[in-house]
Amino acid sequence: MIAAVQATSNVAGGDIISLLTVFVLSAFVGFEVIAKVPSTLHTPLMSGTNAIHGVVLVGAILILGTASGTLQLTLGFIAVVLATLNVVGGFVVTDRMLEMFKVRKPAKVPAESSVSGPSTDGGPK
Amino acid sequence: MSLGTGIRLADLVAAICFILALKGLTSPKTARYGNLLGAAGMALAVGFTFATQGLTHFGLIAAAMVIGTAVAVPAARLVKMTAMPQMVAAFNGVGGGAAALISLATFLRSSSGSLAVYQDIEVLLGVVIGCVSFSGSAIAFAKLQELITGRAITYPGQQVWNGIVGAAIIGLGIAICVHPVHWLIAVVVGLALIFGIAFVLPVGGADVPVLISLLNSFTGLAVAASGFVLHSVVLVVAGTLVGASGTLLTQMMSRAMGRSLPNILFSAFGSVITATGGAEGDTTRAVRSASPEDVAILLAYANKVIMVPGYGLAVAQAQFTLKELADLLEQRGVEVIYAIHPVAGRMPGHMNVLLAEANVPYDQLKEMDEANPEFESADVALVVGANDVVNPAAKNDPKSPIYGMPILEVEEARNIVFMKRSMRPGFAGIDNELLFDPKTTLLFGDAKDSLTKVVAAVKAL
Repeated sequence: MIAAVQATSNVAGGDIISLLTVFVLSAFVGFEVIAKVPSTLHTPLMSGTNAIHGVVLVGAILILGTASGTLQLTLGFIAVVLATLNVVGGFVVTDRMLEMFKVRKPAKVPAESSVSGPSTDGGPK
Repeated sequence: MSLGTGIRLADLVAAICFILALKGLTSPKTARYGNLLGAAGMALAVGFTFATQGLTHFGLIAAAMVIGTAVAVPAARLVKMTAMPQMVAAFNGVGGGAAALISLATFLRSSSGSLAVYQDIEVLLGVVIGCVSFSGSAIAFAKLQELITGRAITYPGQQVWNGIVGAAIIGLGIAICVHPVHWLIAVVVGLALIFGIAFVLPVGGADVPVLISLLNSFTGLAVAASGFVLHSVVLVVAGTLVGASGTLLTQMMSRAMGRSLPNILFSAFGSVITATGGAEGDTTRAVRSASPEDVAILLAYANKVIMVPGYGLAVAQAQFTLKELADLLEQRGVEVIYAIHPVAGRMPGHMNVLLAEANVPYDQLKEMDEANPEFESADVALVVGANDVVNPAAKNDPKSPIYGMPILEVEEARNIVFMKRSMRPGFAGIDNELLFDPKTTLLFGDAKDSLTKVVAAVKAL
């Protein structure tokens, strides 16, 4: 059963060395790509990376989609629910944070003129 | 082109999207675009997964995804801006949980001994890191949501116990590699969950955001591990990207707080309350408190006022009232700027998000380095619900646990007004000498109430 999963989303027949290569190169890219971040963006960046590891949903789908037996099905089902929470919630929260960073016209006019903006759904409670 | 090749190409495009998404998130101009690109890559990767050969149970998969979405969207849309940090913790924790379950399920479906040792190691890494991230995030969530105390929780021999649990996990891991029995992994799951809890308990409230960032990179690594288990390149790439960038981000955050990561994790910050200032019998010392009207007069007849918003402002949702006050003062010709400490609020950048929500113009928001020279010429520094980030002990008292943390130098201003709920010390649990300074005025009460009263008083002038 695992073989079925592995064979389909496979690198070179499950070659661990090529996966390790991908791992090491990705680590370098991960370090380099965010070298300079203004502190204003630390929170949204954390939230954004949080959404990206929601890609675990792909794995969860593969597990549930190849499961057999109650235990496997249950584990797979929970995994898909949790992973979906991660990916959907992650992107929506990040987007809400970033809505706040929309570039406004250097406001000479009082804020009332740009009502249609961010606070329509994230506004005061 | 075979379907398998198509899926792998889609994974490649998704991986590129994730890298560009991270890149975009590092600049305010491209951040939103970056996030959308990340979501697009995600949709691609997930969409093509359904084309995988031999996949069944589509109904169950769809049902699970519908449930997840139905919970996540309202939670993410309705949560208050101030509660964002714990929301991120929650979404991070479930991701870690999912990664652990994937590795666990893979292990359980293998017959004993059918996995190579390196495959056992992949599984174990996924299970352990995922479980630690899951239970650790749960505790971080509980701390920020104030379901449990935000203070560091310590007990005798804490490090020793954590060491024992850690050693037990490693020992069992080796046992599983040598002799893969299914029930042993259940013990590993239990111990890893306990370790996650024990690891987070001694971290004080102020440091929890840094911790969430660390747990975020843990989840990334757990996802990478499940990528190894499933031989999925996109999981390895995305997980590792997050693991690496998350580690770097964690370092940046702790640097912004002037502390090292080991210090945050192991020093039990919040428990040193009595180490400084305790001897002075602070509760009996005189402070000068004032009425909202006094504060209104002080502000309205100033030339330059610097607002110093902190977490108290965030919990009280008072950013809109603060903006209203600032507008009133500006109409009277007072120059108003906002001084933002890098860790004001609960996470780096959190306060900028809140003030942007209240439509405060960017050019009035000054980062710490920019703001500090301004205090000297300010008539009033209005500190709303902040404490540790303006505590001069960080500069003057080498014994203080926050010594070395960069602060906003409000003590340079001609007058200082503190809006505080009580004399209780801030997150770090340290007294602030500045509260007893002769040029300091205190206005007790909830930040929003106090600000509303001051706004009314300024209007009445």
